[in-house]
Amino acid sequence: MKQFWKSILKSPSGVIGLVILLLAISVAVFGPMLFPNSPWRMVQRPFLPPFTLSTVPLGTDALGRDVFAGMIFGARVSLLVGLVSTLVALVVGVPIGAMAGYFGGKVDDALMRFTEFFQTIPSFALAIVLVAILQPSIYSIVASIALVSWPPVARLVRGEVLSLRTREYVQAAVVTGQSNSWIILREILPNALSPVIVLASLMVATAILLESSLSFLGLGDPNLISWGYMVGAGRTVIRQAWWITVFPGVAILISVLGLNLIGEGLNDALNPRLSREGR
Amino acid sequence: MLTFVAQRVVKGVIVLLAIVVLNFFLIRLAPGDPAVVMAGEAGASDQVFVKQLREKFGLDKPLPEQLFIYVKGVVSLDLGFSFRQQAPVAKLIGERLPATLLLTLTAFAISLMLGILFGTFAARFAGTFLDTAITVFALIFYAMPIFWVALMGILLFSVTFDWLPSFGYDTVGGNYTGLAHVVDVARHLVMPGMTLGLFFMATYTRMTRASMLEVKRLDFVKTARAKGLADSVIQRRHVLRNALLPVVTLAGVHSGTLIGGAVITETVFAWPGIGRLMYDALLQRDYNLLLGVFVICSAMVLIFNLITDLVYRLVDPRIEFAS
Repeated sequence: MKQFWKSILKSPSGVIGLVILLLAISVAVFGPMLFPNSPWRMVQRPFLPPFTLSTVPLGTDALGRDVFAGMIFGARVSLLVGLVSTLVALVVGVPIGAMAGYFGGKVDDALMRFTEFFQTIPSFALAIVLVAILQPSIYSIVASIALVSWPPVARLVRGEVLSLRTREYVQAAVVTGQSNSWIILREILPNALSPVIVLASLMVATAILLESSLSFLGLGDPNLISWGYMVGAGRTVIRQAWWITVFPGVAILISVLGLNLIGEGLNDALNPRLSREGR
Repeated sequence: MLTFVAQRVVKGVIVLLAIVVLNFFLIRLAPGDPAVVMAGEAGASDQVFVKQLREKFGLDKPLPEQLFIYVKGVVSLDLGFSFRQQAPVAKLIGERLPATLLLTLTAFAISLMLGILFGTFAARFAGTFLDTAITVFALIFYAMPIFWVALMGILLFSVTFDWLPSFGYDTVGGNYTGLAHVVDVARHLVMPGMTLGLFFMATYTRMTRASMLEVKRLDFVKTARAKGLADSVIQRRHVLRNALLPVVTLAGVHSGTLIGGAVITETVFAWPGIGRLMYDALLQRDYNLLLGVFVICSAMVLIFNLITDLVYRLVDPRIEFAS
């Protein structure tokens, strides 16, 4: 594990990504305490341009609400939805992939057809339909994002398990009479973990993009402010007030970029052969 | 070759049927009576129509029978009736489909051409400033939400410079004909096409770069070099052709994302395609229309996947058609 951290910290993209992520997390956790302006309350006149008042540094929107406060509170929603939906997708995808790879044969066939089916359905369209039908709320959003993002996890884990299954130490565990679940959980999965971590970091980024797109279309949780919602709300007044759409978008860009860089750094750390390809 | 195509078509039809069945259950997930759900939001529907729907879909019959009636309807291209728009869903989608195809295919062509071009450059000059610049550029475009790129495009090219129209398919009241109309539509297509294309361009750039560097190290490239072939020939015929295989695979995988991106792009630019139709259906909670668009989107993805599969086999002669 120590080695692992050492190698991430060696890759420049990993370091930049980590710094960005830590920053985003601290804004999400501590921001609302330090900056108590409610993002829903009218604090100034509408359409106040940015950098004019120090109390509302990024200006106000069409209803006189503080854009900066919205961005800080929005960080919570984006990161939370990104992390939780990725976790749920892992909880669904890892067992399916592990079972398919470990048992092989008919189980593998059935599970992989099922996975392929979900991979064929246009994911964003399915997410829209699901959130619209279940009614927009943080739960339906997390559930929909998780439902459309687990298939790559299952496929990745299956591939890893397939190759690990024939290793000698796994054979040894079989010979000593360990149960299947013990072998999968204690012998195989821990060794399949690193590519899953890389994928997960990229999935959090995709989930943040998905959440923001859903909120942009008006499918966000009506009780929570989010970056996508802010851009969507500012869209109709973009000719008068550019800042309402520009700043929340920058927030999305930076956090997604940070997560992608972490994924890249992790990948370099875990696949040293590929990272040398620049030479 | 023919058996391969037949196999894939059969497989696609099975998946499509499964999606139709999924659709059937999705309608029943919505809160309330399915007949009222299908008729549109409560209040918009009158009792007579709801009663008709109930009879048509046999909603008082057992569930398997309902499913059978529903699937039979979809198979005969009857996707139901949009009460809100007062038109059959299939007709509404049919009218909007050409615009979506124009947009997605343009975006696809832009992303693939630019992606392969930039990726090739980055790989050719790996480790130089040009490589870093292209990589950073691709990373940034990969991290931007499509709706935001669209709005920034409008802000820059429509509001600030006034170069390009910010919405629509053609100029309202323009009444252009012939070539003038084509130019008019093309001008309207630039921003939506670029917006949707740039995100995928970023992916293809990264993929092409990585894949070319991977292939470059292989023995047959060394052989070609030892034979004294010109560098440009090696790059094009030996490296690029092999490096494109994973890019083609990726393009197939991305077709679903492309459709999803079209929903967002069409919404922002008021492009009259099925994505915009989906958004309208969403705003009006017109579930029947929403699910109809969803089925058609899935069908488009399946067709696109089939095409990329064929292209893959054409690009790589090593793969035999008989599976």
